[in-house]
Order: sequence, then C-alpha cells, then structure tokens
Amino acid sequence: MNQSGSLLRMLDFYWTNMKMAIMLEFQYRVANYFYMIGMVVEPVIYLVVWSTIARAQGGSVGGYTPGAFAAYYIVWTLVRNMNIVLTPYAWEGRIRQGRLSMELVRPIHPLHSDVAFFAGWKVVAIILWLPFALYLSLIFKPELHPTWYQIVAFFFSIWGAFLIRTMLLSLLGMITFWTTRVGAIFELFFAIELVISGRLVPMSLMPEWVQRVAAFFPFQWTFGFPIEALVGQMSPSELLRGLGMQALWIVLGLVSVNLLWKFAIRQFSAVGG
Amino acid sequence: MLYLALNYLRIGILNEFQYRVNFFVQMGQSLVSLATGLIGLWLVFSHTSELNGWTRPELLAVMGIHILMGGLIQAYIQPNMGRLMEEIQMGTLDYALTKPADAQLLVSIREFRLWQLTDVLVGVIVLLVAVYQYHGVVGIWQSLAFIAALIMGAVLVYCFWLILTSTAFWIVRVDEMVNLFQGIYAAGRYPVGIYPRWLRTGLTFLVPVAFAVTVPASALTSRLTPLTLLGTLALTVFFIILARFIWRLGLHNYSGASA
Repeated sequence: MNQSGSLLRMLDFYWTNMKMAIMLEFQYRVANYFYMIGMVVEPVIYLVVWSTIARAQGGSVGGYTPGAFAAYYIVWTLVRNMNIVLTPYAWEGRIRQGRLSMELVRPIHPLHSDVAFFAGWKVVAIILWLPFALYLSLIFKPELHPTWYQIVAFFFSIWGAFLIRTMLLSLLGMITFWTTRVGAIFELFFAIELVISGRLVPMSLMPEWVQRVAAFFPFQWTFGFPIEALVGQMSPSELLRGLGMQALWIVLGLVSVNLLWKFAIRQFSAVGG
Repeated sequence: MLYLALNYLRIGILNEFQYRVNFFVQMGQSLVSLATGLIGLWLVFSHTSELNGWTRPELLAVMGIHILMGGLIQAYIQPNMGRLMEEIQMGTLDYALTKPADAQLLVSIREFRLWQLTDVLVGVIVLLVAVYQYHGVVGIWQSLAFIAALIMGAVLVYCFWLILTSTAFWIVRVDEMVNLFQGIYAAGRYPVGIYPRWLRTGLTFLVPVAFAVTVPASALTSRLTPLTLLGTLALTVFFIILARFIWRLGLHNYSGASA
C-alpha cells in the first residue's frame, strides 16, 4: 500500500464517521437542546455575577465592561461546545466493561474514530448553537468588533482547542487502564482546568502568580486563548504565536498519547466484549 | 408507610457499607468542589466588597446551603428518579407497580446513596463557619424559619423531579434531564436576586432553585418576611398536589412491556 492511498483511506474514514455523527445527532435534536440549555446556564451565571461587580465598581473591573464580559461569555459558549470531547468517564466505561476489545481488533487506532465522531458532532452543535448565541446577544448586548484576521485566527484556534482537549482527556481517561477508581482524579483535573483555563473568569482577572502558573499548562489554549482571539485586542503576531503554542501542545499531546497507549495496552485484558 | 421508607433506607445503607472506600472517593470529590466554590467566592470578593447587597459571610452561607441541598438531592432524590426513568424505558416498572404499596411512595424511596451525604456534611460545616463570621443576629425565629424553608425547598425539588421524570411516560429519552437540572441548579450558588428578571422567574417557578437555596438563606439572614414564608408553604402544597396528579396521569399512560 502506498502512502497516498492510505492517506486517502484515512480521510475517507474520517469523512464517513463525521457524516454518521451528523446524522445521528440531528436525530436527537431535542436531547442536544436540553444538553445545551444546561450548558449555557454556567456562563450566564459568571456573566451576571461579573457584570454586577463591574457596574458596582463604576463601569469596569480588570478592564472588562459589562459589554466586554457579555462578548467573552457568549463566545465562551461556542468554545465550550467545541471542546466537548469524549469524556474520560467514557474511557472508564470502555475499559471496565471490556468494550475496548472490539475496538482493538479493528485495523485502526480507536482514537481516530473518537476524533472523527466528535468532529462531526461539532457541525451539528454549531448549527444548534446559533439561535442561543443570537438570543443571548439580544439580552446581554456584547461589545464585539473583531477584525478579519481575528476571525480567521478564531476559526483555527477552536479546532486547535478541540484537538488539545481530545489529547488531554484521552490521557486522563487512559489512567483507567491502571485503576478503575478514577472519579476523584477526574474531578480534580476538571477543577484545576476550570480555574486556570479562562473558563471561570478571563485570565486577566486572576492574580499575577496564578497567570504565571497557568502559562505552564495547556489549559488556557483550550479556553481563554480562542475566546480572546476573537474578543480581545490581539495583534496578528500575538495571534500567530498563540496558534503556534496550540500546535506545540497538539504535537506534545500526540506524542504522549502514543507513548502512554503503548504501555497502557499491555495492562488491558478482557473477556468477550 | 414510614416503616417501609425506613426499611428501604436501612437496606440502602447496608448496601453502601459494602463499598467503604467510596466514602473517601466521595469525600475527595466533595472537597474538590468545595475548593472551586471557595476560589470563585474569593475571586469575587477580591474585586468587590459586596455582591448586590450580600456580604461575604452571607454568600458563604448561600454556598453552604447550596452544597447541603445538592448532597440531599444526589443522595436521595436523583438516584430514585434515575431508576424510575430507566424502568419506564425498559418496561420493568411493572415490578414496582404490582407491589401492595402506594406506587409513588415506592418509586421515591428505593435508592439511597449514603456516601453522597459527604456533601451534606461539607455544606453544614461551611454553613456553620458562615454563621460564625456573620455579624447579624441568628436567633430562634431565624433558625426555625430557616429549617422550615429548607424542608419546603427539598419537597419542592422532589416534586419538580417527579414531574420531570413523569414526562418519561410520554417522551422516552430523558437522560439529558439530569444534565439539564444540574446545570440549572448551579445557578443557586448565588442569590437569585442578582439574575435578570426572565432568569429569576425561571429559577423560581420553572425550576425551584430559588426555594431550595435562596429562600432558606434569606430566612437565615433576616431577609425573609413571614408573608414569603407563607407563600412558600402554599406553593409547596400546590406542587405536591400537581406532582401527584401528573404522576397518576403518566401512570395511566404506561403500558408494561410484559417484563
């Protein structure tokens, strides 16, 4: 098999999986909407709390006006939609119940079907998200004036965020190969992510030292950076540097996932499946 | 009736005692969520001295009640309703219906997750710290009103959940409801007064987050008028009747799968 042939087949695999996900998730529109309402409440809480503070402090806090907060947290909803990936809990189920056996006998790494499936779901998620964004914008009146290069950078950065978070959560999920009591570890991970990714508040509202610590972690490239790429005042070179950092974390994540996978798969034994 | 509930509770506890390590896992999770809550509160108060008229100890009390009520919901209400949902889907609800006890009672008491009560414990501790830091009076009337409001809040959440679950008789796929409820319940971490009117109304009458958390907190901090408390009582009675009615309606709609 030559190189271009296998690449084509891989693309075909991705395309087919994405199409399947799109059709499946459109069938469950109502379920998807329920999911999204539950999700949208979270940024609305943050938005209301921080706009209240901004108004009480005479119009802005940490450089953010209520309108800027509105822009931040409405873009947040799209970024959050983009970085929902296969949860580590699904890895837990897959490993504990032995369903992984079936996926292992396929001639392709199971991670590919995860990425493809969720990439397809994203298409549905973005379409279903539009009315929410419109509604929230009418209520909260965001101040959003992106330049064309910010929009381009934003488009790439949300897919970068998707890939980085896929790697991170796969690494986390693979812990289940060694121990199945993973609930508390997962919760701890999500708590740290919440605080130092820009999901809870824009990073500039955090104390200086927290921002310095956060710089060593990949989390802000999955949340804060994509949002600020569109909302903030970043120059083209800053945006490029950010996308470069994302690429770096993607490569690092790929290498780690592959490495961990090699060790992990030796741990796996299952009956049937 | 009480005897039946206590018996199920006993079985639930015995069942949980088989998995004692889970206590520590649960405790770890409770502490993690406490830490994130405290960080959020600390961030808010590093930029302001009060939020919409609520001071730091008062908001801490709100957080304590939020955690406490969340623990009760996850230990008792949600597991029962989750099981009910599943049984409606699978058609195995027949087993419960053929038992010689009131079906609504039975489906509401069968499950109990003892270790989820770690959240109740954490919530009570946070609440005590908040009361200790609070400068106003917490007298006998405030405490009584608080306890009454807390009980009514829990009953309202139960009624809400039963109504939600009963919709499974008509729409089968309702798994996402749990997610939806948890998302909305998170809004209770702050007093509902800070939200815009449309959201406040939703959090009061659509999903009773206001009654589960904000009303008890208001009772504790002397913000509650006797009239509001009376109104809560009336609403609670109304919801009990409504939940019963919708449950019966759904049951008429149910046809078993000859399990």
